[in-house]
Amino acid sequence: MTTATLHIGPNQAIRHGLALAGRSVIKIRKNPESLLDVTLQPIMFLLLFVYMFGGALKGSTSEYLQFLVPGLMVQNIAFASLGTGMALNADIGKGVFDRFRSMPIARSAPLVGAVLGDIVRFVITLVVLVGFAMILGFRVQTEPVRFLIAAGLMILFGLCLCWVSVWVGMLVKTPQAVPGTLLVFIFPLTFGSNVFVDSSTMPGWLRAWVDINPVTHLTEAGRGLLLGGDWTAHAGWAFVWALGIAAVFFPLALRAYRGRVG
Amino acid sequence: MSNAIEAEGLVKRFGDTVALDGVDLAVPKGKVLGVLGPNGAGKTTAVRVLATLLRADAGSARVCGFDVRTHATTVRGLIGLTGQYASLDEDLSGTENLVLIGKLLGLSRAQARVRAADLLAQFELTEAAGRAVKTYSGGMRRRADLAAGLVGRPEVLYLDEPTTGLDPHSRNEVWSTIRGLVELGVTVLLTTQYLEEADQLADLITVIDHGRVIATGTPDDLKRRTGGQTLQVRPTLARDVSTVAAILRDLTGEPHVDLETGLLTAPVDDPMLLSTLVRRLDDAGVTVDELALRLPSLDEVFLAMTGRTRTSEGSAA
Ligand SMILES: Nc1ncnc2c1ncn2[C@@H]1O[C@H](COP(=O)(O)OP(=O)(O)OP(=O)(O)O)[C@@H](O)[C@H]1O
Ligand SMILES: [Mg+2]
Repeated sequence: MTTATLHIGPNQAIRHGLALAGRSVIKIRKNPESLLDVTLQPIMFLLLFVYMFGGALKGSTSEYLQFLVPGLMVQNIAFASLGTGMALNADIGKGVFDRFRSMPIARSAPLVGAVLGDIVRFVITLVVLVGFAMILGFRVQTEPVRFLIAAGLMILFGLCLCWVSVWVGMLVKTPQAVPGTLLVFIFPLTFGSNVFVDSSTMPGWLRAWVDINPVTHLTEAGRGLLLGGDWTAHAGWAFVWALGIAAVFFPLALRAYRGRVG
Repeated sequence: MSNAIEAEGLVKRFGDTVALDGVDLAVPKGKVLGVLGPNGAGKTTAVRVLATLLRADAGSARVCGFDVRTHATTVRGLIGLTGQYASLDEDLSGTENLVLIGKLLGLSRAQARVRAADLLAQFELTEAAGRAVKTYSGGMRRRADLAAGLVGRPEVLYLDEPTTGLDPHSRNEVWSTIRGLVELGVTVLLTTQYLEEADQLADLITVIDHGRVIATGTPDDLKRRTGGQTLQVRPTLARDVSTVAAILRDLTGEPHVDLETGLLTAPVDDPMLLSTLVRRLDDAGVTVDELALRLPSLDEVFLAMTGRTRTSEGSAA
């Protein structure tokens, strides 16, 4: 019997990634504690920012709440992506990764699986955030389908941002080093945006960054989709950014992974 | 293509440590190669190179004719691996682990479930199938790991210390599983700490020490090559022990006397000695219960070749 040489096509690679995403989901289900960050963070951010800034910035907390929620959705997604790199960094040293690597599956599959599995974390953080915001008085002012488009766009952005997290996770020694390193990216991205305040009062140099920041575009798109108004241009920019980030960091992450495991 | 596994001149360094220092290996299709060596000899490193998990610094290796470096994916499709350290997801149950592997190997969900259930039953893990692997005992883990390596019905199986930590019952189970696989034509590379295991299962044995192959051959070859055989005599009457000892001393050298069992053993290099011994015993009027010439055990071979017993750690010369 002769064996033909084996090659893995894109379809198979996607199947492998999905199977391993299933593994991530099982792990989340068995270890709900791993969801503490994505459930507590949105509640904390909401309470903190709405009641601290609301009066000063918009004159009333209820008005600020409407303004803030779309941007907080983006911010929570960005923070949730920290977990991907941490989890993978811890996971990769375990014997089960040897098993995956000794199997005829796509090299990237364990990483893709981890990232896809994090959709669950993104959905949960958005549900907790919007649910809690609604208790505080937030109302979506458009049709539900527009809310779903906003959520979908933000989750897509989160999936692309995850590759930065995976890349860092492959480079640092311990899981604990992931957030420390990654916050250098995440802070300018989320706070250097229009999530909390309008960019019109900012000095020119800062405004230059804020206006091109993908988080700004995504927030504007979210406001348009949830509160009414134009959103397509901003959504387009956010989409391009997301793909750009993935195009740069997916290969970097894969290379770092190869470098690490040989 | 008669060799399922072939390697020439494998070298692997970790910093200053030379884990493999020019290792050659060959396993004919359908045979079992036992790789023996003291702790740190390089057994696991060799397995990892042959399983495409590690890249050798020099040398080459092929599995069923495919280079482990240039045709890694093809090689991965041919092999099954049971590592020295259980490589299952601790959070997942036995079933979930095996189903995941099945799905990654292209089985449908239903097929993967059937395969997982079959293998778990074969390794007597049906009761624990639904429990997280982290709750398994050491022996259960080893068996689950072995099952995981078989999901894809590999042609070539690497078993890195497959029975370390197993009780005698489980060890026998694993041995008979391995024999069954060999009957199906599977080629096995087995590393082990147990010389008895190599003796039981292996068609060929390679002894590695300090990253070098120091001997290769069939178990009998190796036993013969380590020099002489051992003569065993057990007189019927305990009072004859000293008489027999005197005769042996005269013929070969100082015998080893086990007073409890009344067994005397002495090394011999001339098999013709046996007839002389029989005549001398006859002359002395001694009757014996046991009189045998046997090859040394692999333990003795191993000791002779590495200067170490298999249990002693480190790199004592
Ligand atoms: N990843 C690594 N980094 C550094 N050194 C390593 C690494 N892997 C193995 N070594 C070293 O290479 C040598 C061979 O190790 P290996 O694990 O192959 O031995 P072994 O024969 O399997 O031993 P054992 O019987 O204890 O399992 C040892 O000195 C070990 O310390
Ligand atoms: Mg080892």
